[in-house]
Amino acid sequence: MSFALLMFFVLAGLAVLGALALILQRHPIHSALSLILVMLSLAGLYLLMGAEFVAAVQIIVYGGAVMVLFVFVIMLLNAGEEERTNFSKLASVAGIPLALALAGVIAAAIARGSGHLPSATNGELTSTRELSKLLFSEFVYPFELTSFLILVAILGAIVLAQREQN
Amino acid sequence: MTEFLSQYAFVIVPVVKIVLLVFIVLTVDAYLTWLERKVIAHIQARWGPYRVGPHGLLQPLADGAKFILKEDPTPDGVDKKVYFFAPFLTLMLALTSLAVIPFGPDIRIGSFTTNFGIADLNISLLVLFAITALSVYGIALAGWSSNNKYSLLGGLRSSAQMISYELSMTLSVVGVLLMAGSLSLKEIVQLQDNGNLGLLGWNIIGFSKDGAGFTQVIGCLCFFISAIAETNRVPFDLPEAESELVGGYHTEYASMKFAMFFIGEYTAMITVSCLSTILFFGGWLSPFPASWIWAHYLPSVILIPLGLWVIFDGIRYETILGRIVLPGLGTALVLIGVALAAFTRANELVQGPFWFFGKLFAVLFFYIWMRGTLPRFRYDQLMDFGWKFLLPVSIANVILTSAFILWRMHG
Repeated sequence: MSFALLMFFVLAGLAVLGALALILQRHPIHSALSLILVMLSLAGLYLLMGAEFVAAVQIIVYGGAVMVLFVFVIMLLNAGEEERTNFSKLASVAGIPLALALAGVIAAAIARGSGHLPSATNGELTSTRELSKLLFSEFVYPFELTSFLILVAILGAIVLAQREQN
Repeated sequence: MTEFLSQYAFVIVPVVKIVLLVFIVLTVDAYLTWLERKVIAHIQARWGPYRVGPHGLLQPLADGAKFILKEDPTPDGVDKKVYFFAPFLTLMLALTSLAVIPFGPDIRIGSFTTNFGIADLNISLLVLFAITALSVYGIALAGWSSNNKYSLLGGLRSSAQMISYELSMTLSVVGVLLMAGSLSLKEIVQLQDNGNLGLLGWNIIGFSKDGAGFTQVIGCLCFFISAIAETNRVPFDLPEAESELVGGYHTEYASMKFAMFFIGEYTAMITVSCLSTILFFGGWLSPFPASWIWAHYLPSVILIPLGLWVIFDGIRYETILGRIVLPGLGTALVLIGVALAAFTRANELVQGPFWFFGKLFAVLFFYIWMRGTLPRFRYDQLMDFGWKFLLPVSIANVILTSAFILWRMHG
Protein backbone atom coordinates (compact mmCIF):
# COMPACT_ATOMS: atom_id res chain seq x y z
CA MET A 1 0.00 0.00 0.00
CA SER A 2 2.72 2.45 0.96
CA PHE A 3 4.49 1.87 -2.35
CA ALA A 4 1.25 2.44 -4.28
CA LEU A 5 0.64 5.62 -2.29
CA LEU A 6 4.17 6.85 -3.01
CA MET A 7 3.70 6.13 -6.71
CA PHE A 8 0.39 7.98 -6.61
CA PHE A 9 2.03 11.11 -5.20
CA VAL A 10 4.88 10.95 -7.70
CA LEU A 11 2.50 10.57 -10.66
CA ALA A 12 0.01 13.12 -9.37
CA GLY A 13 2.84 15.56 -8.73
CA LEU A 14 4.13 15.04 -12.27
CA ALA A 15 0.64 15.61 -13.67
CA VAL A 16 0.23 18.86 -11.74
CA LEU A 17 3.74 20.02 -12.70
CA GLY A 18 3.03 19.24 -16.35
CA ALA A 19 -0.26 21.12 -16.24
CA LEU A 20 1.43 24.17 -14.67
CA ALA A 21 4.24 24.03 -17.23
CA LEU A 22 1.64 23.80 -19.99
CA ILE A 23 0.31 27.22 -18.99
CA LEU A 24 3.59 28.87 -18.03
CA GLN A 25 5.74 27.82 -21.01
CA ARG A 26 5.97 30.44 -23.70
CA HIS A 27 6.67 28.23 -26.68
CA PRO A 28 3.75 26.18 -28.09
CA ILE A 29 5.95 23.09 -28.58
CA HIS A 30 7.07 23.18 -24.95
CA SER A 31 3.43 23.51 -23.91
CA ALA A 32 2.49 20.54 -26.08
CA LEU A 33 5.30 18.48 -24.52
CA SER A 34 4.06 19.40 -21.04
CA LEU A 35 0.60 18.23 -22.05
CA ILE A 36 2.10 14.89 -23.12
CA LEU A 37 3.68 14.63 -19.66
CA VAL A 38 0.22 15.17 -18.12
CA MET A 39 -1.27 12.45 -20.34
CA LEU A 40 1.50 9.99 -19.46
CA SER A 41 1.19 10.56 -15.72
CA LEU A 42 -2.58 10.12 -16.00
CA ALA A 43 -1.93 6.81 -17.77
CA GLY A 44 0.34 5.87 -14.86
CA LEU A 45 -2.47 6.70 -12.42
CA TYR A 46 -4.89 4.47 -14.35
CA LEU A 47 -2.32 1.69 -14.23
CA LEU A 48 -2.05 2.17 -10.48
CA MET A 49 -5.81 1.61 -10.22
CA GLY A 50 -5.47 -1.63 -12.18
CA ALA A 51 -7.08 -0.33 -15.38
CA GLU A 52 -4.36 -1.60 -17.72
CA PHE A 53 -6.33 -1.33 -20.94
CA VAL A 54 -7.45 2.23 -20.26
CA ALA A 55 -3.87 3.21 -19.41
CA ALA A 56 -2.50 1.76 -22.66
CA VAL A 57 -5.27 3.38 -24.72
CA GLN A 58 -4.63 6.70 -22.98
CA ILE A 59 -1.03 6.60 -24.18
CA ILE A 60 -1.81 5.26 -27.68
CA VAL A 61 -4.70 7.63 -28.44
CA TYR A 62 -3.89 10.79 -26.49
CA GLY A 63 -0.12 10.55 -26.05
CA GLY A 64 0.42 9.09 -29.49
CA ALA A 65 -2.18 10.12 -32.04
CA VAL A 66 -3.79 13.31 -30.73
CA MET A 67 -0.65 15.00 -29.41
CA VAL A 68 1.39 14.02 -32.49
CA LEU A 69 -1.17 15.93 -34.55
CA PHE A 70 -0.83 18.93 -32.21
CA VAL A 71 2.94 18.88 -32.50
CA PHE A 72 2.70 18.32 -36.25
CA VAL A 73 0.46 21.37 -36.73
CA ILE A 74 2.64 23.56 -34.50
CA MET A 75 5.72 22.50 -36.48
CA LEU A 76 3.97 22.97 -39.83
CA LEU A 77 2.75 26.48 -38.97
CA ASN A 78 6.17 27.25 -37.52
CA ALA A 79 4.58 28.99 -34.53
CA GLY A 80 7.02 31.21 -32.62
CA GLU A 81 7.16 32.19 -28.98
CA GLU A 82 4.08 33.78 -27.53
CA GLU A 83 4.22 37.25 -26.07
CA ARG A 84 3.18 37.83 -22.51
CA THR A 85 0.07 40.00 -22.24
CA ASN A 86 -1.29 41.81 -19.25
CA PHE A 87 -3.56 39.89 -16.95
CA SER A 88 -7.02 40.12 -18.50
CA LYS A 89 -9.73 41.98 -16.58
CA LEU A 90 -12.26 39.22 -17.13
CA ALA A 91 -9.86 36.75 -15.52
CA SER A 92 -9.44 38.80 -12.34
CA VAL A 93 -13.18 39.58 -12.01
CA ALA A 94 -14.75 36.27 -12.96
CA GLY A 95 -12.00 33.70 -13.54
CA ILE A 96 -10.19 33.58 -10.21
CA PRO A 97 -13.33 33.57 -7.99
CA LEU A 98 -14.90 30.85 -10.14
CA ALA A 99 -11.75 28.75 -10.05
CA LEU A 100 -11.61 29.09 -6.24
CA ALA A 101 -15.29 28.17 -6.01
CA LEU A 102 -14.74 25.05 -8.12
CA ALA A 103 -11.76 24.04 -5.97
CA GLY A 104 -13.93 24.55 -2.86
CA VAL A 105 -16.75 22.38 -4.22
CA ILE A 106 -14.37 19.55 -5.11
CA ALA A 107 -12.64 19.77 -1.72
CA ALA A 108 -16.01 19.68 0.05
CA ALA A 109 -17.09 16.64 -1.94
CA ILE A 110 -13.89 14.82 -1.05
CA ALA A 111 -14.15 15.85 2.62
CA ARG A 112 -17.76 14.59 2.83
CA GLY A 113 -16.61 11.24 1.48
CA SER A 114 -14.66 10.96 4.79
CA GLY A 115 -11.49 9.87 3.04
CA HIS A 116 -13.18 6.85 1.43
CA LEU A 117 -14.07 7.59 -2.16
CA PRO A 118 -16.06 4.86 -3.89
CA SER A 119 -13.89 2.67 -6.07
CA ALA A 120 -14.08 3.46 -9.77
CA THR A 121 -13.79 -0.20 -10.66
CA ASN A 122 -16.57 -2.63 -9.85
CA GLY A 123 -15.25 -6.14 -9.66
CA GLU A 124 -13.72 -7.47 -12.84
CA LEU A 125 -14.46 -4.46 -15.03
CA THR A 126 -10.79 -3.58 -15.41
CA SER A 127 -9.77 -6.45 -17.67
CA THR A 128 -9.77 -5.92 -21.43
CA ARG A 129 -12.17 -8.80 -21.96
CA GLU A 130 -14.81 -7.53 -19.52
CA LEU A 131 -14.51 -4.01 -20.82
CA SER A 132 -15.04 -5.05 -24.42
CA LYS A 133 -17.97 -7.34 -23.49
CA LEU A 134 -19.68 -4.40 -21.83
CA LEU A 135 -18.82 -2.07 -24.70
CA PHE A 136 -20.22 -4.39 -27.35
CA SER A 137 -23.33 -5.55 -25.49
CA GLU A 138 -24.79 -3.04 -23.06
CA PHE A 139 -23.32 0.13 -24.53
CA VAL A 140 -23.20 -0.95 -28.16
CA TYR A 141 -25.56 1.79 -29.45
CA PRO A 142 -23.80 4.78 -27.82
CA PHE A 143 -20.46 3.24 -28.85
CA GLU A 144 -21.43 2.83 -32.52
CA LEU A 145 -23.13 6.24 -32.59
CA THR A 146 -19.91 7.84 -31.36
CA SER A 147 -17.96 6.20 -34.16
CA PHE A 148 -20.49 7.54 -36.67
CA LEU A 149 -19.99 10.99 -35.17
CA ILE A 150 -16.25 10.72 -35.69
CA LEU A 151 -16.76 9.42 -39.24
CA VAL A 152 -18.95 12.46 -40.00
CA ALA A 153 -16.19 14.73 -38.70
CA ILE A 154 -13.63 13.02 -40.96
CA LEU A 155 -15.91 13.30 -43.99
CA GLY A 156 -16.50 16.97 -43.16
CA ALA A 157 -12.76 17.63 -43.13
CA ILE A 158 -12.36 15.90 -46.53
CA VAL A 159 -15.25 17.90 -48.02
CA LEU A 160 -13.74 21.17 -46.78
CA ALA A 161 -10.33 20.27 -48.21
CA GLN A 162 -11.84 19.26 -51.56
CA ARG A 163 -13.83 22.49 -51.87
CA GLU A 164 -10.67 24.53 -51.47
CA GLN A 165 -8.98 22.52 -54.21
CA ASN A 166 -11.81 23.13 -56.68
CA MET B 1 23.04 -15.59 1.97
CA THR B 2 20.56 -17.93 0.24
CA GLU B 3 17.83 -16.60 2.53
CA PHE B 4 18.65 -13.05 1.50
CA LEU B 5 18.65 -14.08 -2.15
CA SER B 6 15.27 -15.80 -2.01
CA GLN B 7 13.76 -12.93 -0.03
CA TYR B 8 14.81 -10.24 -2.48
CA ALA B 9 14.64 -12.37 -5.64
CA PHE B 10 11.83 -10.21 -7.01
CA VAL B 11 14.22 -7.24 -7.09
CA ILE B 12 17.54 -8.95 -7.88
CA VAL B 13 16.35 -11.12 -10.79
CA PRO B 14 14.81 -8.26 -12.84
CA VAL B 15 17.81 -5.99 -12.23
CA VAL B 16 20.22 -8.71 -13.40
CA LYS B 17 18.01 -9.38 -16.41
CA ILE B 18 17.83 -5.68 -17.33
CA VAL B 19 21.60 -5.24 -17.15
CA LEU B 20 22.15 -8.39 -19.21
CA LEU B 21 19.53 -7.43 -21.81
CA VAL B 22 20.87 -3.90 -22.30
CA PHE B 23 24.42 -5.24 -22.64
CA ILE B 24 23.38 -7.92 -25.13
CA VAL B 25 21.15 -5.62 -27.14
CA LEU B 26 23.81 -2.94 -27.52
CA THR B 27 26.31 -5.57 -28.66
CA VAL B 28 23.81 -7.05 -31.10
CA ASP B 29 23.05 -3.54 -32.42
CA ALA B 30 26.75 -2.99 -33.06
CA TYR B 31 27.15 -6.30 -34.89
CA LEU B 32 23.90 -5.71 -36.78
CA THR B 33 25.61 -2.73 -38.43
CA TRP B 34 28.51 -5.04 -39.33
CA LEU B 35 26.12 -7.65 -40.73
CA GLU B 36 24.21 -5.00 -42.65
CA ARG B 37 27.35 -3.60 -44.24
CA LYS B 38 28.64 -7.07 -45.10
CA VAL B 39 25.35 -8.29 -46.60
CA ILE B 40 24.76 -5.14 -48.64
CA ALA B 41 28.38 -5.20 -49.79
CA HIS B 42 28.00 -8.76 -51.04
CA ILE B 43 24.69 -7.88 -52.74
CA GLN B 44 26.58 -5.12 -54.54
CA ALA B 45 29.60 -7.36 -55.31
CA ARG B 46 31.94 -5.62 -52.83
CA TRP B 47 33.79 -6.92 -49.76
CA GLY B 48 32.43 -4.57 -47.11
CA PRO B 49 34.39 -3.91 -43.88
CA TYR B 50 37.59 -6.00 -44.07
CA ARG B 51 40.49 -4.04 -42.57
CA VAL B 52 39.64 -3.67 -38.87
CA GLY B 53 40.09 -7.13 -37.40
CA PRO B 54 39.53 -10.43 -39.26
CA HIS B 55 36.65 -10.02 -41.74
CA GLY B 56 36.10 -6.51 -40.30
CA LEU B 57 34.82 -8.02 -37.03
CA LEU B 58 36.29 -5.19 -34.95
CA GLN B 59 34.70 -2.52 -37.15
CA PRO B 60 31.78 -1.91 -34.71
CA LEU B 61 34.33 -1.24 -31.93
CA ALA B 62 36.18 1.24 -34.13
CA ASP B 63 32.88 2.92 -35.01
CA GLY B 64 31.99 3.15 -31.32
CA ALA B 65 35.35 4.72 -30.47
CA LYS B 66 34.88 7.19 -33.31
CA PHE B 67 31.42 8.19 -32.08
CA ILE B 68 32.73 8.85 -28.57
CA LEU B 69 35.81 10.81 -29.66
CA LYS B 70 34.16 13.02 -32.30
CA GLU B 71 33.54 16.69 -31.56
CA ASP B 72 29.97 17.39 -30.57
CA PRO B 73 29.09 20.91 -31.69
CA THR B 74 25.71 22.44 -30.85
CA PRO B 75 24.48 24.55 -33.78
CA ASP B 76 23.38 28.13 -33.32
CA GLY B 77 19.73 28.87 -32.61
CA VAL B 78 18.67 25.38 -31.60
CA ASP B 79 16.04 24.87 -28.95
CA LYS B 80 18.55 23.54 -26.39
CA LYS B 81 16.23 21.60 -24.09
CA VAL B 82 14.40 19.79 -26.87
CA TYR B 83 17.58 19.32 -28.91
CA PHE B 84 19.25 17.42 -26.05
CA PHE B 85 16.09 15.57 -25.03
CA ALA B 86 15.19 14.10 -28.44
CA PRO B 87 18.02 11.52 -28.82
CA PHE B 88 17.56 10.38 -25.20
CA LEU B 89 13.86 9.89 -25.82
CA THR B 90 14.48 7.85 -28.96
CA LEU B 91 16.99 5.54 -27.29
CA MET B 92 14.99 5.23 -24.07
CA LEU B 93 11.78 4.22 -25.82
CA ALA B 94 13.59 1.79 -28.11
CA LEU B 95 15.27 0.03 -25.18
CA THR B 96 12.10 0.06 -23.05
CA SER B 97 10.09 -1.70 -25.73
CA LEU B 98 12.33 -4.79 -25.47
CA ALA B 99 11.28 -5.24 -21.83
CA VAL B 100 7.96 -6.87 -22.69
CA ILE B 101 9.25 -9.31 -25.33
CA PRO B 102 9.32 -12.98 -24.27
CA PHE B 103 12.46 -14.49 -25.84
CA GLY B 104 11.67 -18.07 -24.91
CA PRO B 105 9.62 -20.32 -22.63
CA ASP B 106 9.92 -19.97 -18.86
CA ILE B 107 13.30 -20.96 -17.45
CA ARG B 108 13.33 -23.55 -14.69
CA ILE B 109 16.49 -23.90 -12.61
CA GLY B 110 15.84 -26.29 -9.76
CA SER B 111 12.72 -25.03 -8.00
CA PHE B 112 13.16 -21.48 -9.29
CA THR B 113 11.05 -20.45 -12.29
CA THR B 114 11.31 -17.17 -14.14
CA ASN B 115 10.09 -15.88 -17.48
CA PHE B 116 12.56 -15.48 -20.37
CA GLY B 117 12.30 -11.73 -20.66
CA ILE B 118 12.01 -8.84 -18.25
CA ALA B 119 8.30 -8.21 -17.78
CA ASP B 120 5.45 -10.63 -18.45
CA LEU B 121 2.36 -8.42 -18.77
CA ASN B 122 -1.10 -9.43 -19.90
CA ILE B 123 -1.28 -6.36 -22.15
CA SER B 124 2.26 -6.56 -23.52
CA LEU B 125 1.14 -6.01 -27.12
CA LEU B 126 -0.67 -2.80 -26.16
CA VAL B 127 2.40 -1.61 -24.27
CA LEU B 128 4.49 -2.14 -27.41
CA PHE B 129 2.00 -0.16 -29.50
CA ALA B 130 1.98 2.61 -26.88
CA ILE B 131 5.77 2.85 -27.04
CA THR B 132 5.70 2.85 -30.86
CA ALA B 133 3.12 5.63 -30.75
CA LEU B 134 5.41 7.72 -28.53
CA SER B 135 8.57 7.10 -30.53
CA VAL B 136 7.40 9.52 -33.21
CA TYR B 137 8.34 12.34 -30.86
CA GLY B 138 12.03 11.53 -30.82
CA ILE B 139 12.36 12.06 -34.57
CA ALA B 140 9.80 14.87 -34.92
CA LEU B 141 11.29 16.90 -32.07
CA ALA B 142 14.86 16.32 -33.23
CA GLY B 143 13.90 17.68 -36.62
CA TRP B 144 12.08 20.67 -35.22
CA SER B 145 14.61 21.71 -32.58
CA SER B 146 17.61 21.61 -34.93
CA ASN B 147 16.72 24.98 -36.50
CA ASN B 148 17.42 23.62 -39.97
CA LYS B 149 14.92 23.40 -42.79
CA TYR B 150 16.08 19.96 -43.94
CA SER B 151 15.79 18.62 -40.40
CA LEU B 152 12.34 20.15 -40.05
CA LEU B 153 11.20 18.56 -43.30
CA GLY B 154 12.55 15.21 -42.11
CA GLY B 155 10.72 15.56 -38.80
CA LEU B 156 7.45 16.51 -40.51
CA ARG B 157 7.74 13.62 -42.95
CA SER B 158 8.38 11.16 -40.16
CA SER B 159 5.41 12.27 -38.07
CA ALA B 160 3.03 12.08 -41.05
CA GLN B 161 4.45 8.72 -42.11
CA MET B 162 4.39 7.13 -38.68
CA ILE B 163 0.80 8.21 -37.97
CA SER B 164 -0.33 6.82 -41.32
CA TYR B 165 1.34 3.44 -41.00
CA GLU B 166 0.54 2.99 -37.31
CA LEU B 167 -3.10 2.47 -38.29
CA SER B 168 -2.48 -0.44 -40.63
CA MET B 169 0.12 -1.91 -38.26
CA THR B 170 -2.41 -2.01 -35.41
CA LEU B 171 -5.20 -3.34 -37.64
CA SER B 172 -3.05 -6.06 -39.19
CA VAL B 173 -2.51 -7.59 -35.73
CA VAL B 174 -6.24 -7.81 -34.98
CA GLY B 175 -6.52 -11.11 -36.89
CA VAL B 176 -3.94 -12.69 -34.58
CA LEU B 177 -5.69 -11.26 -31.54
CA LEU B 178 -9.03 -12.67 -32.68
CA MET B 179 -7.48 -16.14 -32.89
CA ALA B 180 -5.57 -15.90 -29.63
CA GLY B 181 -8.13 -14.00 -27.57
CA SER B 182 -5.32 -12.47 -25.54
CA LEU B 183 -3.07 -9.42 -25.57
CA SER B 184 -0.20 -11.24 -23.85
CA LEU B 185 2.65 -12.09 -26.21
CA LYS B 186 3.47 -15.19 -24.17
CA GLU B 187 -0.06 -16.53 -24.52
CA ILE B 188 -0.12 -15.71 -28.23
CA VAL B 189 2.94 -17.93 -28.69
CA GLN B 190 1.60 -20.69 -26.44
CA LEU B 191 -1.65 -20.80 -28.43
CA GLN B 192 0.29 -21.45 -31.64
CA ASP B 193 1.70 -24.60 -30.04
CA ASN B 194 -0.45 -27.43 -31.40
CA GLY B 195 1.72 -30.38 -30.45
CA ASN B 196 2.22 -32.50 -33.55
CA LEU B 197 1.13 -29.84 -36.04
CA GLY B 198 4.49 -28.09 -35.65
CA LEU B 199 4.94 -25.39 -38.25
CA LEU B 200 1.35 -25.72 -39.47
CA GLY B 201 0.10 -24.34 -36.16
CA TRP B 202 1.82 -20.98 -36.55
CA ASN B 203 -0.46 -18.05 -37.19
CA ILE B 204 0.88 -17.52 -40.69
CA ILE B 205 -0.56 -20.92 -41.68
CA GLY B 206 -3.14 -21.06 -38.96
CA PHE B 207 -4.19 -24.68 -38.41
CA SER B 208 -5.56 -25.26 -34.96
CA LYS B 209 -7.22 -28.15 -33.16
CA ASP B 210 -10.66 -26.57 -32.99
CA GLY B 211 -10.49 -25.57 -36.67
CA ALA B 212 -11.09 -21.88 -35.86
CA GLY B 213 -7.73 -20.75 -37.16
CA PHE B 214 -7.45 -18.67 -40.30
CA THR B 215 -4.25 -18.10 -42.20
CA GLN B 216 -2.71 -14.71 -41.42
CA VAL B 217 -0.61 -14.31 -44.58
CA ILE B 218 -2.31 -11.02 -45.40
CA GLY B 219 -1.99 -9.82 -41.82
CA CYS B 220 1.70 -10.77 -41.76
CA LEU B 221 2.46 -8.92 -45.01
CA CYS B 222 0.59 -5.80 -43.88
CA PHE B 223 2.28 -5.92 -40.48
CA PHE B 224 5.76 -6.32 -41.89
CA ILE B 225 5.36 -3.55 -44.48
CA SER B 226 3.97 -1.08 -41.94
CA ALA B 227 6.61 -2.13 -39.43
CA ILE B 228 9.34 -1.19 -41.90
CA ALA B 229 7.66 2.18 -42.36
CA GLU B 230 7.41 2.62 -38.58
CA THR B 231 11.11 1.99 -38.12
CA ASN B 232 12.01 4.36 -40.99
CA ARG B 233 13.95 1.79 -42.97
CA VAL B 234 14.39 1.41 -46.72
CA PRO B 235 12.17 1.68 -48.80
CA PHE B 236 10.36 3.95 -46.32
CA ASP B 237 13.35 5.96 -45.09
CA LEU B 238 12.06 9.31 -46.31
CA PRO B 239 12.69 11.13 -43.00
CA GLU B 240 16.42 10.74 -43.65
CA ALA B 241 16.48 10.64 -47.46
CA GLU B 242 20.03 11.85 -47.98
CA SER B 243 19.57 12.71 -51.66
CA GLU B 244 16.84 15.23 -50.80
CA LEU B 245 17.31 16.21 -47.16
CA VAL B 246 21.08 15.96 -46.47
CA GLY B 247 20.64 13.74 -43.38
CA GLY B 248 17.00 14.42 -42.57
CA TYR B 249 16.08 14.82 -38.92
CA HIS B 250 19.59 14.07 -37.66
CA THR B 251 21.49 16.46 -39.94
CA GLU B 252 22.54 18.65 -37.01
CA TYR B 253 23.46 15.83 -34.65
CA ALA B 254 27.02 14.60 -34.24
CA SER B 255 29.01 12.25 -32.05
CA MET B 256 27.16 10.29 -29.33
CA LYS B 257 23.87 12.12 -29.90
CA PHE B 258 23.86 10.87 -33.48
CA ALA B 259 24.87 7.43 -32.25
CA MET B 260 21.84 7.41 -29.96
CA PHE B 261 19.49 7.84 -32.92
CA PHE B 262 21.43 5.13 -34.71
CA ILE B 263 21.21 2.67 -31.81
CA GLY B 264 17.55 3.57 -31.33
CA GLU B 265 16.80 2.76 -34.96
CA TYR B 266 18.55 -0.60 -34.84
CA THR B 267 16.93 -1.51 -31.52
CA ALA B 268 13.52 -0.64 -32.95
CA MET B 269 14.35 -2.92 -35.86
CA ILE B 270 15.12 -5.77 -33.45
CA THR B 271 11.91 -5.18 -31.48
CA VAL B 272 9.77 -5.21 -34.60
CA SER B 273 11.47 -8.38 -35.85
CA CYS B 274 10.86 -10.04 -32.46
CA LEU B 275 7.23 -8.99 -32.69
CA SER B 276 6.67 -10.42 -36.15
CA THR B 277 8.38 -13.65 -35.04
CA ILE B 278 6.06 -13.89 -32.04
CA LEU B 279 2.85 -12.91 -33.78
CA PHE B 280 3.11 -14.86 -37.02
CA PHE B 281 5.97 -17.36 -36.84
CA GLY B 282 5.36 -19.13 -33.56
CA GLY B 283 7.93 -17.32 -31.39
CA TRP B 284 10.17 -19.89 -29.72
CA LEU B 285 8.25 -22.93 -31.05
CA SER B 286 10.05 -25.50 -33.18
CA PRO B 287 8.75 -25.86 -36.76
CA PHE B 288 8.83 -29.65 -36.37
CA PRO B 289 6.19 -31.83 -34.67
CA ALA B 290 6.89 -32.42 -30.99
CA SER B 291 7.31 -36.18 -31.59
CA TRP B 292 10.39 -35.69 -33.80
CA ILE B 293 13.02 -36.00 -31.08
CA TRP B 294 15.92 -35.83 -33.55
CA ALA B 295 15.01 -32.20 -34.26
CA HIS B 296 16.38 -31.35 -30.80
CA TYR B 297 19.90 -31.99 -32.11
CA LEU B 298 19.56 -29.33 -34.82
CA PRO B 299 21.44 -26.66 -32.81
CA SER B 300 24.48 -29.00 -32.70
CA VAL B 301 24.03 -29.98 -36.36
CA ILE B 302 24.22 -26.29 -37.32
CA LEU B 303 26.85 -25.14 -34.80
CA ILE B 304 29.47 -27.87 -35.43
CA PRO B 305 29.79 -27.48 -39.25
CA LEU B 306 29.69 -23.68 -38.83
CA GLY B 307 32.52 -23.88 -36.32
CA LEU B 308 34.54 -26.24 -38.57
CA TRP B 309 34.07 -23.87 -41.52
CA VAL B 310 35.24 -20.90 -39.42
CA ILE B 311 38.35 -22.89 -38.36
CA PHE B 312 39.03 -23.91 -41.98
CA ASP B 313 38.60 -20.31 -43.16
CA GLY B 314 40.69 -18.98 -40.26
CA ILE B 315 43.88 -21.03 -40.80
CA ARG B 316 44.23 -19.60 -44.32
CA TYR B 317 43.48 -15.98 -43.29
CA GLU B 318 45.93 -13.27 -44.40
CA THR B 319 46.69 -11.61 -41.05
CA ILE B 320 48.21 -13.27 -37.98
CA LEU B 321 45.42 -11.91 -35.76
CA GLY B 322 42.88 -13.58 -38.03
CA ARG B 323 44.82 -16.87 -37.94
CA ILE B 324 44.56 -16.79 -34.12
CA VAL B 325 41.06 -15.36 -33.56
CA LEU B 326 39.04 -17.16 -36.25
CA PRO B 327 40.14 -20.75 -35.38
CA GLY B 328 39.57 -19.89 -31.70
CA LEU B 329 36.05 -18.73 -32.46
CA GLY B 330 35.42 -21.82 -34.57
CA THR B 331 36.67 -24.13 -31.81
CA ALA B 332 34.35 -22.42 -29.33
CA LEU B 333 31.38 -22.96 -31.66
CA VAL B 334 32.26 -26.63 -32.16
CA LEU B 335 32.66 -27.15 -28.39
CA ILE B 336 29.26 -25.53 -27.71
CA GLY B 337 27.70 -27.74 -30.39
CA VAL B 338 29.27 -30.91 -28.89
CA ALA B 339 28.22 -29.89 -25.36
CA LEU B 340 24.63 -29.36 -26.52
CA ALA B 341 24.57 -32.80 -28.11
CA ALA B 342 26.08 -34.44 -25.02
CA PHE B 343 24.07 -32.88 -22.18
CA THR B 344 20.30 -33.42 -22.51
CA ARG B 345 19.38 -30.78 -19.92
CA ALA B 346 21.37 -28.05 -21.65
CA ASN B 347 19.87 -29.17 -24.94
CA GLU B 348 16.31 -28.80 -23.60
CA LEU B 349 17.13 -25.39 -22.15
CA VAL B 350 18.46 -24.10 -25.45
CA GLN B 351 15.63 -25.29 -27.74
CA GLY B 352 13.32 -22.29 -27.26
CA PRO B 353 15.96 -19.55 -27.56
CA PHE B 354 17.57 -21.38 -30.53
CA TRP B 355 14.39 -21.23 -32.61
CA PHE B 356 13.50 -17.71 -31.44
CA PHE B 357 16.87 -16.22 -32.30
CA GLY B 358 17.07 -18.25 -35.50
CA LYS B 359 13.78 -16.78 -36.71
CA LEU B 360 14.81 -13.35 -35.45
CA PHE B 361 18.01 -13.58 -37.48
CA ALA B 362 16.03 -14.60 -40.58
CA VAL B 363 13.69 -11.60 -40.23
CA LEU B 364 16.61 -9.21 -39.65
CA PHE B 365 18.38 -10.64 -42.67
CA PHE B 366 15.24 -10.04 -44.73
CA TYR B 367 15.23 -6.41 -43.50
CA ILE B 368 18.81 -5.93 -44.69
CA TRP B 369 18.12 -7.77 -47.94
CA MET B 370 15.29 -5.33 -48.66
CA ARG B 371 17.64 -2.43 -48.04
CA GLY B 372 20.08 -3.84 -50.55
CA THR B 373 17.36 -4.44 -53.14
CA LEU B 374 14.64 -1.82 -53.16
CA PRO B 375 14.77 1.87 -54.10
CA ARG B 376 13.10 4.56 -51.97
CA PHE B 377 9.44 5.50 -52.35
CA ARG B 378 8.40 8.91 -53.61
CA TYR B 379 6.50 10.78 -50.89
CA ASP B 380 3.08 10.78 -52.60
CA GLN B 381 3.50 7.07 -53.44
CA LEU B 382 4.21 6.41 -49.77
CA MET B 383 1.02 8.15 -48.64
CA ASP B 384 -1.10 6.55 -51.39
CA PHE B 385 0.26 3.11 -50.55
CA GLY B 386 -0.40 3.51 -46.82
CA TRP B 387 -3.90 4.94 -46.99
CA LYS B 388 -5.34 3.52 -50.21
CA PHE B 389 -3.83 0.03 -50.23
CA LEU B 390 -2.45 -1.11 -46.87
CA LEU B 391 -5.27 0.21 -44.69
CA PRO B 392 -8.17 -1.29 -46.75
CA VAL B 393 -6.33 -4.60 -47.06
CA SER B 394 -5.73 -4.87 -43.32
CA ILE B 395 -9.39 -4.00 -42.62
CA ALA B 396 -10.41 -6.70 -45.12
CA ASN B 397 -8.18 -9.14 -43.23
CA VAL B 398 -9.99 -8.33 -39.97
CA ILE B 399 -13.38 -8.90 -41.62
CA LEU B 400 -12.28 -12.14 -43.30
CA THR B 401 -10.73 -13.57 -40.13
CA SER B 402 -13.66 -12.70 -37.89
CA ALA B 403 -16.18 -14.04 -40.42
CA PHE B 404 -14.24 -17.31 -40.67
CA ILE B 405 -13.98 -17.71 -36.91
CA LEU B 406 -17.70 -16.97 -36.51
CA TRP B 407 -18.55 -19.53 -39.18
CA ARG B 408 -16.38 -22.25 -37.60
CA MET B 409 -17.79 -21.61 -34.14
CA HIS B 410 -21.49 -21.31 -35.01
CA GLY B 411 -21.96 -22.62 -38.54
